[in-house]
Amino acid sequence: MLRDITIGQYYPADSILHKLDPRVKLFSTFIYIISLFIFKGLSGYIFITLSLAIVIRLSKVPFSFMIRGLRSIVILLLIAAICNLLLTPGVPMFQYGFIRITKIGLENAVLMTIRMIYLIIGSSLMTLTTTPNALTDGLEKSLSGLNRFGVPVHEVSMMMSIALRFIPILIEETDKIMKAQMARGADFESGGLVKRVKSMVPLLVPLFVSAFRRASDLALAMEARCYHGGEGRTRMKPLKYHLSDYKAYVVSVLYLVIVVVLRFHRFSL
Amino acid sequence: MNIIEAIGLTHEYFRRDEEGNVEGISVALDKVDLDVREGQFIAILGHNGSGKSTLARHINALLVPSEGTLIVDGMDTSDPANVYDIRQSAGMVFQNPDNQIVASVVEEDVGFGPENIGVPTEEIWQRVERSLKGVGMWKYRSKSPNRLSGGQKQRVAIAGVMAMEPKCIILDEPTAMLDPQGRSEVVRVAHELNKKKGVTIILITHYMEEVVDADYVYVMDHGHIVLRGTPREIFSDVELLRKYRMDVPQITELAYELKRSGLPLDDAILTEQELVDSLTRLALSGRNG
Repeated sequence: MLRDITIGQYYPADSILHKLDPRVKLFSTFIYIISLFIFKGLSGYIFITLSLAIVIRLSKVPFSFMIRGLRSIVILLLIAAICNLLLTPGVPMFQYGFIRITKIGLENAVLMTIRMIYLIIGSSLMTLTTTPNALTDGLEKSLSGLNRFGVPVHEVSMMMSIALRFIPILIEETDKIMKAQMARGADFESGGLVKRVKSMVPLLVPLFVSAFRRASDLALAMEARCYHGGEGRTRMKPLKYHLSDYKAYVVSVLYLVIVVVLRFHRFSL
Repeated sequence: MNIIEAIGLTHEYFRRDEEGNVEGISVALDKVDLDVREGQFIAILGHNGSGKSTLARHINALLVPSEGTLIVDGMDTSDPANVYDIRQSAGMVFQNPDNQIVASVVEEDVGFGPENIGVPTEEIWQRVERSLKGVGMWKYRSKSPNRLSGGQKQRVAIAGVMAMEPKCIILDEPTAMLDPQGRSEVVRVAHELNKKKGVTIILITHYMEEVVDADYVYVMDHGHIVLRGTPREIFSDVELLRKYRMDVPQITELAYELKRSGLPLDDAILTEQELVDSLTRLALSGRNG
């Protein structure tokens, strides 16, 4: 279960996407998410699918790797689909007792699921092709304007990159604690929901304690290495735009234009 | 020249009960005097709670003395203005290899220190290359620290400190969580840095074998320095060390026991070779006499 989390995982490969500036990738992911919510009709759907397929192809990340990230949200997807299916008002297509499925409901359910799947695939594509550090650097640089409004942009992005670094360590630790508790007779696998949630307590308490200890150790180690916030800091890997980055900006804007055109075009299906 | 000089260094902290009221004062360091010359390899020994980690944190200005003074590279640690300069000239490596690596790529972690002190980009790369090569981890530069062994992680941590070009490195029980192979890797790297680059090393440990090659040894107990001297001087008094709940290296112990049962061996044997030499000499003289 825990090993399926691919959020924030980096897949090293040598592709055009890996070489792009993280700011471009953030921007185009943002554009992509917007496009998912404004597209309409079959033509838009086909266009987005094609574009996504091309980008996945370019990324050289195996498709199975992305699917793995979806596994952990299957339940969420199901709930969303069922809600859409059952709760959308309209002319019923099918009725059995209180279950009433409308045509719009069915459409909504399918569209919603596809949107969410695309959303996850698209954003995991960004994290899979960008190292966590590049990603937080990109975020810090893109959002640095917010500094003026008192938002601690550097601190937040530092926190994010440390969180990403510690995800695998904490997962390993959870595994260890689970095994240690199981060896002493703890049962994480059977029983109803309440019992299972209760059985998490002896897992969470030691996990939290150890996470706090790690945090305090890390803070000390960072201080020992002269960390004192973003002020006066230089960069080992400063962000610099290349020609391909500008091209990528143009491509993502073009993409959005096409999606918008397809939506309002009278030939749209 | 003395790079570290402590005069009557004392560290006290309040013990609090569950409501946060002061119950009493604990003394972690009690009037410690210490002087370390540049380029020395110093070992500090002591069992748990002897105050050796507190001492290490003082040298890095992570803690400030309650009383007494501590001068690191000519700077007083109690002056807040000196903090970053002190941390730059006295780097520190901690016990847990996982909890001191900040970045998710080896080279980025080594670059973290230089980034903090505002080294220009070009030079950061030079420093990262130099220090990673210095600890023999250059070929792992683009790997994730999570994929490394404990000893390798500690070497990366040492490289991270080296990249700040300190005059002195304090290693606070760097081998406590490592397997024997990782332990010897880390100690070997520390000795290499000391010999080749002339970095002053302060190794805090409770493994006696790691102390044998040090220039000078301090033994701590209850916040005091109770013994000081060369390894040979320290290990010559096995009884006294036992009193401070310390062991001696296996070879020294063997020699000590042999001597106690009547073999006229040399005093304070530290290495296997010395024991072999001493025994052969004894056997030869026995045959001749």
